[in-house]
Amino acid sequence: MLKIKNLHASVEDKTILRGINLEVKAGEVHAIMGPNGSGKSTLAAVIAGKEEYEATKGDILFEGENIDELAAEERAHKGIFLSFQYPVEIPGVSVTNFIKTAINSTRKAKGLGDMPANEMLKLIREKAELLEIDRKFLSRSLNQGFSGGEKKRNEIFQMAMLEPKLAILDETDSGLDIDALRIVANGVNKLKSKDNAVIVITHYQRLLDYIVPDFVHVLHNGKIVKSGPKELAHELEEKGYDWIKEEVNA
Amino acid sequence: MDLKEKLVSSFLAFENQVDVDAYVHGIRTEAIKTFENNGFPSKKDEAWKYTSLNKILKQDYSVFPNKENAIEYSDVKKYFIHDIDTYKIVFIDGKYSSHLSQTTHDGMDVCLMSAALSKPKYRLVIENYFNKAASDDSITSLNTAFSSEGAFIHIPKNKLVEKPIQIIHFSTGNESALMLQPRNLIVVDENSHLQIIERHQSLTENPVLTNSVTEVFANKRAIIDYYKVQNDNQNASLIDNTFIKQKQESHASVHTFTFGGNLIRNNLNFYQHGERIDSTLKGVTIIGDKQHVDHNTLVHHIEPNCESHQDYKGIFGDNSTGVFNGKVVVEKEAQKTNAFQANNNILISDKSTINTKPQLEIFADDVKCSHGCTIGQLDDDALFYMKTRGIPEKEAKALLMYAFANNVLESVKISELKTRINKLIANKLGVNIGFNL
Repeated sequence: MLKIKNLHASVEDKTILRGINLEVKAGEVHAIMGPNGSGKSTLAAVIAGKEEYEATKGDILFEGENIDELAAEERAHKGIFLSFQYPVEIPGVSVTNFIKTAINSTRKAKGLGDMPANEMLKLIREKAELLEIDRKFLSRSLNQGFSGGEKKRNEIFQMAMLEPKLAILDETDSGLDIDALRIVANGVNKLKSKDNAVIVITHYQRLLDYIVPDFVHVLHNGKIVKSGPKELAHELEEKGYDWIKEEVNA
Repeated sequence: MDLKEKLVSSFLAFENQVDVDAYVHGIRTEAIKTFENNGFPSKKDEAWKYTSLNKILKQDYSVFPNKENAIEYSDVKKYFIHDIDTYKIVFIDGKYSSHLSQTTHDGMDVCLMSAALSKPKYRLVIENYFNKAASDDSITSLNTAFSSEGAFIHIPKNKLVEKPIQIIHFSTGNESALMLQPRNLIVVDENSHLQIIERHQSLTENPVLTNSVTEVFANKRAIIDYYKVQNDNQNASLIDNTFIKQKQESHASVHTFTFGGNLIRNNLNFYQHGERIDSTLKGVTIIGDKQHVDHNTLVHHIEPNCESHQDYKGIFGDNSTGVFNGKVVVEKEAQKTNAFQANNNILISDKSTINTKPQLEIFADDVKCSHGCTIGQLDDDALFYMKTRGIPEKEAKALLMYAFANNVLESVKISELKTRINKLIANKLGVNIGFNL
């Protein structure tokens, strides 16, 4: 589904990614871990198409197609979703209206008309239930005055509505208490299928107890320096990242 | 002959049409002298430093249009808030249009300035209020000199006027260029509540210059909500001079929504004569092309324990220019004043300009006064966020701009008006978001 080959990327002339290779197949869950500043969020943003981040070398292929030149919304239309660490507040635009706009924009890009209102309503109810979101929440302004947990739940709600092929969850666990973490992880697990894939970006192993990865990659200094099965996450949790740095430097 | 000379010399012709023995005529005569001595303001005047009238004064305006013009309601329905019941005072090329209007004398007066100036029963109100709030600056004096028509509204005490009043000025383009000088007087007595929606609308591309003066008196505990919708076409210019004099415990708010027009200058002045007064001044400006919009506000805190809230948002595209000049004066006696002022702007093109200038003159020592102005661009992270949800750039920008202006929109109390303004914003931003913003 996603194939990243020797990806280098920089922002404002500062090189952040220095040769990433990664392949994610349908049905897989990949975790990307690493110390602060290792380039995790940059990698997520580059895949999702943030303009300020320039891919200077290498390729990103999504379902066999090079997506380097595509704008972020075009990548979204193809089925790439990025859940933000810090979702943006949009006063005056309700959760419901925002997701309607998002869904109908995607449909429009595919040459479809707006989703009929009753169908939309049904879908919203179904997905809200999945994430234990009540109706009042849906009429609030997007992310405005939301707690950390509400913001993340709202991100996963949007993901559930948009049904992406590839979901990238950037530090979705930060700022979550254990209950919220469980709800969010449950939501992600219920949406998982053999046809879609998830990349979980996290600093801690905690989330990976709930969203169990098939592969764990360690990012350091803009490169994947170690990959392994889910046990690698536990090892990192116990020993920290220093031993990896030492291994790399040795 | 330039416009000033034309106006001064036409005052004689004007005197042939009006009752020169009337009380107001003495005021008019003084006013024309003030205008003759000072002329139109120029950039040399501090208050007009960023706004030049030169270009719009070059037209050969008709000052007294003679032709009567009728328009069909169906042709102009869209300029009314028509989905709720309202009183309407409508003018076409400066002349009252009875068939588009709905006035009343039932327990209150919602009618015409020309009637109020000529009928004896209004004499006392006119003597007590006419020109008692308006300043004697040159441009206001010009209006005062020719004051003869406009809206006259007098609400007696203890009256909650449920129907909003729409004051609409249409110009038809029958004159190749037209100057209008409406004069409105609004008096709201003790405990009464009034809502007004005002609009100036040109129906053709012919140039129009409107120099409007509105005096508003909010007596004890009165509540007045005034909404100005400025979405005129590109050859219509407006100088709006509004003076609001408040008595104790009254609340007055003015919302100014500016999306269209060539040159627009809003002189909005609040004077607080009493304690525990609340004054609110809010605005959303979204302009492009070569439009120019200047908000010039004054809040004069004269007595203790009063508040004022100013919140102006501006979005400027293309070659447009914005000005915000907000003056707050707190007199020595006005202790415990709370005065807040915010002016936030977004420049969405490299060639747009905003000049923003807060002016605080505080003579009291126990007050809370704050002011803040910002000039920025749309937040790239927020745009990226929306794009990752599949929302294209144009719509994403529109949503962000809408969110930026939202807290001003939120305080519009007439929901049909709010819906209308949301639509005007969506139109102005050139998007169809798929839901009513």
